[in-house]
Amino acid sequence: MDLRFPEAEPTVAEVQALDAVLGVSVVAQGWEREHGGAHRASALRPRLLGALHALQDRVGWISPGGLGELSRRLDVPPADAYGVASFYAMFALEQRPTTVVHVCADLACQTLGAGALLDSVEATCGIPNESGGTASWHPSPCLGLCERGPAVLVTVAGDPPREAVIAPATPDDVAVALRTGPNALAEQAAVVAAVPQAASADSAANLVLLKRVGVVDPLSVDDYRAHGGYQALRAAVAMGPANVIREVTESNLVGRGGAAFPAGRKWAAVAGQPVRTHYLVCNADESEPGTFKDRVIIEGDPFSVIEAMTICAYATGCEIGYVYLRGEYPRAREHLQHAIQAARERGLLGPDVMGFGFAFDIEIVRGAGAYICGEETAIFNSIEGYRGEPRSKPPFPVEVGLFGKPTVVNNVETLVNVLPIMLIGGPAFASIGTTGSTGTKVFCVSGSVERAGVYEVPFGVTLRELIDLAGGVPKGRSLKAVLMGGAAGSFVRADEIDFPLTLEGARAANTTLGSGVVMVLDDSVDMAVFLRRIAAFFRDESCGQCVPCRVGTVRQEEALVRLTIGPRQEHDMVLLREVGQVMRDASICGLGQTAWSAIESAIDRLGVLT
Amino acid sequence: MTQTDTARIDTTRIDTRPQETPVGLPRRAVTIQLDGHEIKVPEGATILDACESRGTAVPTLCYGDTLDPVNACRLCVVEVENSRVLVPSCSRKVEPGMVVHTDTERVRHSRKMVLELLGSSVDLSAAPSVAGWMKQYGADPTRYGEIAKTVKQPVKIDNELYVRDYSRCILCYKCVDACGEQWQNSFAITVAGRGFDAHISTEFGVELPESACVYCGNCIAVCPTGALMFKTEHDMRELGTWDESAQRQTDTICPYCGVGCTLTLHTQDNEIVKVTSPLDHSVTSGNLCIKGRFGFQHVQNHKRD
Ligand SMILES: Cc1cc2nc3c(=O)[nH]c(=O)nc-3n(C[C@H](O)[C@H](O)[C@H](O)COP(=O)(O)O)c2cc1C
Ligand code: SF4
Ligand code: SF4
Ligand code: FES
Ligand code: FES
Repeated sequence: MDLRFPEAEPTVAEVQALDAVLGVSVVAQGWEREHGGAHRASALRPRLLGALHALQDRVGWISPGGLGELSRRLDVPPADAYGVASFYAMFALEQRPTTVVHVCADLACQTLGAGALLDSVEATCGIPNESGGTASWHPSPCLGLCERGPAVLVTVAGDPPREAVIAPATPDDVAVALRTGPNALAEQAAVVAAVPQAASADSAANLVLLKRVGVVDPLSVDDYRAHGGYQALRAAVAMGPANVIREVTESNLVGRGGAAFPAGRKWAAVAGQPVRTHYLVCNADESEPGTFKDRVIIEGDPFSVIEAMTICAYATGCEIGYVYLRGEYPRAREHLQHAIQAARERGLLGPDVMGFGFAFDIEIVRGAGAYICGEETAIFNSIEGYRGEPRSKPPFPVEVGLFGKPTVVNNVETLVNVLPIMLIGGPAFASIGTTGSTGTKVFCVSGSVERAGVYEVPFGVTLRELIDLAGGVPKGRSLKAVLMGGAAGSFVRADEIDFPLTLEGARAANTTLGSGVVMVLDDSVDMAVFLRRIAAFFRDESCGQCVPCRVGTVRQEEALVRLTIGPRQEHDMVLLREVGQVMRDASICGLGQTAWSAIESAIDRLGVLT
Repeated sequence: MTQTDTARIDTTRIDTRPQETPVGLPRRAVTIQLDGHEIKVPEGATILDACESRGTAVPTLCYGDTLDPVNACRLCVVEVENSRVLVPSCSRKVEPGMVVHTDTERVRHSRKMVLELLGSSVDLSAAPSVAGWMKQYGADPTRYGEIAKTVKQPVKIDNELYVRDYSRCILCYKCVDACGEQWQNSFAITVAGRGFDAHISTEFGVELPESACVYCGNCIAVCPTGALMFKTEHDMRELGTWDESAQRQTDTICPYCGVGCTLTLHTQDNEIVKVTSPLDHSVTSGNLCIKGRFGFQHVQNHKRD
């Protein structure tokens, strides 16, 4: 291919930034082995996303010179690289200050005073995305820190780049960060602060998936092993791949990422594919507003994710695993990166895992601010260095997935469930919870509750019991509604919270568990503002590929604005429903298909807007 | 350009179009039910192929020409039993026992809404068939009100050969595929941005002469809405002199090299106003290069000398 590159020259800093990432990569052979080919551009293309991060982190934007240099080195058409860079919210294509303040404007933080915080930041820092000055700010979608909102993330480009979380944030904290840099801030809360059940020995004793959070040193592989780590992998190897899949199948474990697909069926399908290579993708994109459980697991117990992925890889014949980690999770990235390195050094990852005679290694792919990349086929395009647009299914990932090969995609929480399954066996696991929903579930309880955080309970606990566990709504307020499953989920009324939290219970209650979001709204929440935020979220996050979602999410927001602010058109309610219907029926992926669910349930169940 | 070449373009008429599209190797037949009728279609066919074989009309926008379907417009959706959502007929392959409905309430609603959503945001006036479908499905793009966001923007005129009027762009990805790996391998344009802000662009939006564009014009040929247009056509439309009913189409062989591409010359008042190539032509599949596509300007300049 004969590509034409722009003439703009990169700066020294940009060249250094690219040298640093394009010089080293542990699984580069894996990357370069499969794909590319004369047509679909360069074999180096999967390095595109990382290279864009390197430029952004170093100089604070993607300049024409930087993009040109990157395109030349990766042999990627510059227009393509531009198309990819412009897909992601974290990449700036115009120069802006090196310090950027991301202020969460999303749902849980709204119930915790994000509106006032945004106003005060605007008063001190001026309008969003302004290019002058030393720092710019912008309202951000959910930062996955909902248990201690209102949340702020500060990023500072440079060598090295710095990131800091401020949560909960006050206007003063933000002012300090802007004046003196994020280092002046106090350390962020300990990981375990997000697990209220860990505070008492009684409730901690019931934890399975979260039992090591706050107990082990997440940076020490020895401590992990001292707390039962790597026993599950030993058990898995002792029983052999086929039996591992049998146990997972008998456990009735279903996916925790939202779609509740049986994990054993997925694994068996990939294991049975004669084509090689097989890939494993651990989905840690976690961008559904109100979801932060995967962050807590990775930050608090990163080796458990590595061990679980290794078991899955062993059973399904995957040689390479990717953790697709949401871009705004600095501590999770640091802990996981450290853990992967430590595991390699101890031979727990690499060409001969623990001397058991199989190879497996893990690479982190850092997302760059795109909710859609958590969709199971968009994630492939993103890893491969393309725009994170969902692919059409069929074919399904188990047949044609990452780099066109059979691929297991599982959520972080789904994977770590495999550890107890290996240790107690599938049938024993299946006896926890209910017949239809087995095991424990990690719920992300946020909003108007006394003790927000992640709660691990057996399936079958009622929604009321879970809210009580979190201390209920604060004194002096009353429960108005609960948003189940996040922006893509649905509302239930205060008088509807006695259903059991199981897949079948949620279905019977005409709602969803989704990714485990339980967002509690009290009577102080302005539903009009809340619903407009949901609509704005989908409008921002639509990939733009298909008409029902690309235009429908805009029309939905416009109609909501008219219905809540005015001027109201006679037929706006009909319009809203008709737009909702085409998004649900004819969109390519789950984003568009669910973009109307929460708003519909607010109208039909909560009686808003009427 | 010699005198004889000019003469050949002006006078020769050779219709090289094959009578039928080649069907390839014999394939096994799959039985499906389409709107209540059992039919047999070759394995690997799409639902749209099946519809066409029965003469069932299905509107399509992003499908067509010889590019792989991206199935992004969702106009062609049909209802397949046991599928939670509607499926795009242009790209979904038939499976044995599939039960397909092309004219249910849900299908009509989705088609109406896709047309409305597009019609309320994009200028579809140069897209053939759309007005008819709007009528057929009862689409009313005006009901989204005055404030409805659109993609309206100034026409991009940065070269003498063709213009880009993205107010007419439905983001069907065809031009990107034609420019990229599926045809031309120039990779001058891409989809940039996200959501409603997604748009066709060069790197950093640079003008075409600074980009990798080689002016093959294959993107113009595939554009279903007239967003990409010969400058001649654009100028004539601006002047109000563009008149398709007064145009003649003449097939000829491109004189510039030995490949032998078929050119279809569109003439109005004895002037060549645009050049296409038959999609089903074995040599070009609709593709041309700058010489075949735009060389007529030299012909006409030469004539005027
Ligand atoms: C728009 C969209 C975003 C998604 N985001 C995530 C995510 O961040 N994490 C996740 O695990 N699954 C996400 N999913 C679900 C995945 O498509 C997929 O079902 C899941 O990763 C499969 O893993 P599981 O079976 O273990 O749940 C998302 C789906 C959609 C449609
Ligand atoms: S539904 Fe939305 S996010 Fe999904 S493919 Fe279509 S435009 Fe993209
Ligand atoms: S310019 Fe034309 S061909 Fe290209 S995406 Fe837009 S409508 Fe499709
Ligand atoms: S961090 Fe603000 S809503 Fe999740
Ligand atoms: S024609 Fe099938 S999706 Fe556009």
